[in-house]
Amino acid sequence: MSEIGTAQAGGRATARFRVTQESIVFLIAVVFFAGFSILLPGFLDADNILSLIQNVSILGILGIAMGIVVIGRGIDLAMVTTMAMSTAWTIALMNGGTGPVSAVLLGLGFAAVVGLVIGFLVAYVEIPAIFATLAMSTVIYGFGRLALVDLDVIYLPEDAAWLRALSGQFLGIPLPVIWFAAVALAAFAFLRFTRRGRFIFAMGDNREAARITGIPVRPMTVLQYLISSLIAFVAGMITASLLATVNIRVAQSTMVYDVILVVVLGGIGLSGGKGGVRNVVVGTLLIGILLNGMTILDMSFTVQNLVKGAVLLIAIIVDSIANPRDEQTAQQGDI
Amino acid sequence: MRNMLKAAFAALVMIGAAGYGHAEQFDDGLAPAYYEAMKGKKVVFLPLAMSFDLPQVWAKGMETQAARLGYDFSVRDPNWSSDAGAQALTTLISEKPDLLIVHNPDMQVYARLLTRAQKAGIRVIQINLKSVATTDAYVGVNWYEVGLHQARMAIEACSPKKGGSGKIAIMQGTPTNPNNAITMSAIEDVLAENPEIEVVSSQSADWDATKAHAVASTVIKQNPELCAYVGLWEVMDAGVAAAIREAGKTDAIKLFTNGGGQKPACDSIANGTFSGYVSYDAFGQARDLTDAIVQVLQANLEPGQAPYAIYTPIRDIFKDTMRANSCWTMDDVANAPF
Repeated sequence: MSEIGTAQAGGRATARFRVTQESIVFLIAVVFFAGFSILLPGFLDADNILSLIQNVSILGILGIAMGIVVIGRGIDLAMVTTMAMSTAWTIALMNGGTGPVSAVLLGLGFAAVVGLVIGFLVAYVEIPAIFATLAMSTVIYGFGRLALVDLDVIYLPEDAAWLRALSGQFLGIPLPVIWFAAVALAAFAFLRFTRRGRFIFAMGDNREAARITGIPVRPMTVLQYLISSLIAFVAGMITASLLATVNIRVAQSTMVYDVILVVVLGGIGLSGGKGGVRNVVVGTLLIGILLNGMTILDMSFTVQNLVKGAVLLIAIIVDSIANPRDEQTAQQGDI
Repeated sequence: MRNMLKAAFAALVMIGAAGYGHAEQFDDGLAPAYYEAMKGKKVVFLPLAMSFDLPQVWAKGMETQAARLGYDFSVRDPNWSSDAGAQALTTLISEKPDLLIVHNPDMQVYARLLTRAQKAGIRVIQINLKSVATTDAYVGVNWYEVGLHQARMAIEACSPKKGGSGKIAIMQGTPTNPNNAITMSAIEDVLAENPEIEVVSSQSADWDATKAHAVASTVIKQNPELCAYVGLWEVMDAGVAAAIREAGKTDAIKLFTNGGGQKPACDSIANGTFSGYVSYDAFGQARDLTDAIVQVLQANLEPGQAPYAIYTPIRDIFKDTMRANSCWTMDDVANAPF
């Protein structure tokens, strides 16, 4: 799909064909999808397509949270740690005999506090988001290990059937896919139709201008990190439900880079103010198609990493040719 | 006379006092030396990290033993970083403890430092993964044996000679990890002798259950005849188990995994999540390790003079052979003598 930018705002009458990174990535995804469909028997099965989406739905949910932060010109490197620690604490509490409702509320509360603290550091103490969240990630992990959970791997209690049901099926569709769709829709509605959602774009585009216009820039920044932390908790609970375990070592893995990858790959620029939920979905789908196809092909670990890296590189190169740096990016700089 | 009585009394008191001082010690020719060898020694444990079951069990065993025998026991936790571990090891070499217990992240990274420690007069016991450098003792699993057991379980369950489809899949961790590589070479050796078994997928999930789930759910859909999954670590294989459960194939696809034999493993065997489990019994390893400590300190040889190994006896656990003591809990370990 190529996006048709009508450029009405500029007052030009002629529609202009614009190559955006999103359309490039979508094109790459389509090419791979078509290629795998022809070459790999079984790829196009409804079952396989559903599992393809399911396998990236956690990544997609986190990607949407990251997308909201990045659009507002921030970044949340603590997201995966927040996810791991808040979920691990919830499950550990349940194992210790706390009722499920209070355990979930406490976990959610922990995630909310983390989001508020990060937001406060970025908005009021004015620490750059990349450093604030990087440092907070270590703090959350250390605090969690010290005070909340003492094991890397925590197993779901045997009687938590309701939690397992979170990753069951509904009308033949795996629930994680539905959660992904629900989070995507909610985020879409928030960004598109609410005033606060529009504020996020304004802040990402030009923070000073947004401030002068009267947008409550600082509270809005706090809200962004609060949202991303809460979504991270949701993603964590779905993962826990799916795998029947929580492994907090994920906090020290490279998962947060995978999340940034789907955001950037989909075309949400790290300089903020651009993109939307659709970009995250496109980026997530490309990764899903690649992983699924390479798994069916039984490619080795090293080759898979190479292919992923190469695809990302191609997308970035094509983007920088199609959308060269302009005055604005030169002034603001990338992150 | 009075003086004699006095002297006799004094002598009695002295004998009594001396007798009391050694009351717990009957000299059978070894016991006093045994206790003497351990008393006041400094033993330091360098794990991969203290946040998972294996090092916790071993450390608990050593702690209990240290309290009994009066040696000084401490832990340096590098929390999964081999750089931090190498730094700790370098510092330890200059601190000169009497004995180091080292859990290697791989075969190379500490090798040179271990040799240096031995040259500096420090005794070294390695646990659960042997470095290329050989030191006073190695206590732990022989990963090749784990692979043999797992491969045989899969063949037993899936061989077409016994009515199986002969199709199996393998879930690896990180191919460059030595325990992964050694286990895989055993599996490949067994499979080479059994050409009727076909490996339809051999993928890596980086020890991550989420990735394992993604891979397994795809593989299961692509291979409706799949008979068994062989996974290389129980925690990662929780993802494979979830994929099998989702596909509604808990009875059709067997899952064979390995691990240290903590209670959740037996729960998973009991509820059918794992069809077969190769346990290297971390609880037993703790006893092997504490025995090795006693042995190395008593023998008092030059560091590295007479290296020896205690390979962990492996235990295959199935649902029908499972016993109450097949797995252990941290409580069992905390209350056990070492």
